[in-house]
Amino acid sequence: MTLTRFVTKNAFRNKRRSILTVLSIGGSLLLLTFLITIWRSFYDSKPSEESAQRLIVRHKVSLVFNLPSYYRQKIQAVPHVKEVVNQQWFGGQYIDDKPEHYFAQFGTDPTEFFKVYPEFKIPADQLEAWQHDRAGAVVDAGLANKFHWKLGDRLNITGKIFPVNLELTIRGIFTPPDPTQSIYFNKDYIDEGFPRLKGQEGFFGVLADSPDSVPGVAGAIDEEFRNADRPTKTESEHAFQLGFIGMLGNIKAFIMSICLAVVFTILLVSANTMAMSIRERTREVAVLKTLGFTRDSILGLFVGEAISLALVGGFIGSMLCYFIVTGMAAQGGYFTGMKVTPLTIVAALLIAAVVGFVSSFIPSYHAAKVNIVDGLRHIG
Amino acid sequence: MAIPLSYNARNLRLRKSLTAMTALGIALTVATAVFIMALLAGLGRAFATTGDPLNVLMLRKGSDSELAAGGVSRDAMQVLKDLPGVAKNAQGEPLVSGEDILVVVMPRKGGTGETNVTTRFLAPLGIEMRPKIHLVAGRWFTPGQREVVVSSSINKRFEHANIGDSVHIGKGDWPIVGIFDGSGTAHDSEIWGDINQLVTDFERTVYSSVLVRATDPVAALALKNRANDDQRLELNGLLEPDYYASQTKSGAPIKIVGWIVAFIMAVGSCFAAANTMYAAVAYRGREIATLRVIGFSRPSILTSFMLESLLLSLLGATLGILLMLPFNGMTTGTQNQVTFSEVVFSLQMTPVVVVSAIVFALIMGVVGGFAPAWHAARRDILSALRD
Repeated sequence: MTLTRFVTKNAFRNKRRSILTVLSIGGSLLLLTFLITIWRSFYDSKPSEESAQRLIVRHKVSLVFNLPSYYRQKIQAVPHVKEVVNQQWFGGQYIDDKPEHYFAQFGTDPTEFFKVYPEFKIPADQLEAWQHDRAGAVVDAGLANKFHWKLGDRLNITGKIFPVNLELTIRGIFTPPDPTQSIYFNKDYIDEGFPRLKGQEGFFGVLADSPDSVPGVAGAIDEEFRNADRPTKTESEHAFQLGFIGMLGNIKAFIMSICLAVVFTILLVSANTMAMSIRERTREVAVLKTLGFTRDSILGLFVGEAISLALVGGFIGSMLCYFIVTGMAAQGGYFTGMKVTPLTIVAALLIAAVVGFVSSFIPSYHAAKVNIVDGLRHIG
Repeated sequence: MAIPLSYNARNLRLRKSLTAMTALGIALTVATAVFIMALLAGLGRAFATTGDPLNVLMLRKGSDSELAAGGVSRDAMQVLKDLPGVAKNAQGEPLVSGEDILVVVMPRKGGTGETNVTTRFLAPLGIEMRPKIHLVAGRWFTPGQREVVVSSSINKRFEHANIGDSVHIGKGDWPIVGIFDGSGTAHDSEIWGDINQLVTDFERTVYSSVLVRATDPVAALALKNRANDDQRLELNGLLEPDYYASQTKSGAPIKIVGWIVAFIMAVGSCFAAANTMYAAVAYRGREIATLRVIGFSRPSILTSFMLESLLLSLLGATLGILLMLPFNGMTTGTQNQVTFSEVVFSLQMTPVVVVSAIVFALIMGVVGGFAPAWHAARRDILSALRD
């Protein structure tokens, strides 16, 4: 019998206990994987190549203030700027205010929009159709799928911010690399119903010529409008998105504290099991020692046992999390675009292994230290 | 005949470290659940206590937020002032306050980023209409001056939000001249300034909202219906409490993530509790058999072990609640999904939260304890005695 086999055999000797422990650790690691996934999708996501090249220009004070439309020409003239497009958050309501019917609507300029977002793929004929219909819209392929929209379908959007109700016709379906949960339409449509918005834009999307020129472009744009009536704040698209997450509150502390509670719980569960199973085997340890096993190898056997239990639990938990998150991401809503990456799973398994090690060390150390005669005499 | 409860209590005490570790595991789960429930209770309280049932909020027709573009015209406000059922103050002025909302970006303390803060512009009459709000330091803003007052939570949570600092709004800096206490209402997340100065600075032609105070609840309802039915006014009238209650949905992300977290942790803890109880049963095989021989019935053994599991989870619940007690009243903020700005609220361990936490723990005890207790009751006496 090899040592590994000895360890695994022992780990699952008391089947019920081992299964309960594994499930308990698995549940905790499922949660931990879930939290790491949320954390990473918020703070650790690498912007795509195109996104890293893009900037958002908004009013310095707040997104709720508009910028004059003529800023677009001025921004276009800034060195290293390739394309600029205006955008306006519409914030309307589709069908009703249920979260499953929620998606973003932006008014924009159909002639320029896809130049600034080149990674959004759209067939040329659909793009042309959109550009020729003032009441046309292009929709995210994922959304179209979810709501079973087809080209030519009508969308009625009730204006919640603006006193305008949109009656849009779907002219195109675009495919972005990551889900956007958005539809885009001609901003002139809002202006017609709400003339006060004419000549004003919510924000501008800017495509720089390379990711390296992004900081320089941001500085140059803000400098251009520093003393203007409406100063701007320009930041990379990624920073802009992070800003939104920041507004949800102190998410970092929230996730961190729950993670800590979870890790500590697994530690307790695992330590509990190991203490139970080691106490039961005091006599066996003495026998092993008589056979010539050293203290260190006995310590290693028990620690190995705890780590393998924790790893099995960790594997089950993170796999379950993988399937749950994949399922939820497909449903849309808050979890759109979330993925459990291999790196996250590795991190979760590593945490499991460390917890297994820490939890078993003290009971195993005591067991390894036990005097042979006392051990043999022990009544368990 | 039932087995006395002290038998279970003594048994738990006998295996001290095992009991302590399991209880602590349950305690951490309960603490997490309490944390999430207290957050939601605090958020709910902030919105629930804000509205006054006598106040009717008038928004533009079709909008359900004060932040929407377009608003209530001056003409409509004049009409509102003359409607029957509008209360008057001691000076005989109708209690109708035209207000405007802006959002300014402020840095949080401790370098955790910037966030939007709702800034409400109103006349002194508007302050008078909200008797829950009172000044705690400095003075109210002077009408016709670029001055603002901030709530005490804004003062505590943001950089440069002390008396003497200033906030940049539109054309200039507005010095902070006072701090008010919002008494736990949604106004605790706001900065207040003078409406007339804002109108001059921004050339605003409409109000974002108009607040009307009615003489009695019946008049309030009548005012609301009158505003909604009158086509010329183009208004959406809402009772103030209803308007704020609808904003509790801002807690949705916390709620969703929170319940997922609490549920999974609870499942993990159930397994841990089951493990502990199985161990307890296994150690006491002979003891249980002896109890049976003496004459205790199977149901009483089952009940006894269930009670032991419940006792264990109750211990965990107590520990968990005690663990969270220091955080009671701690203030935090999240984004209001109606106004897209920060709403400040505090953790509230209300009686409902505490009771729910105990019930939550007891459920874990029942689920985790049933199988081991069943196992204990079903065991064959002879083979158990021989163990």
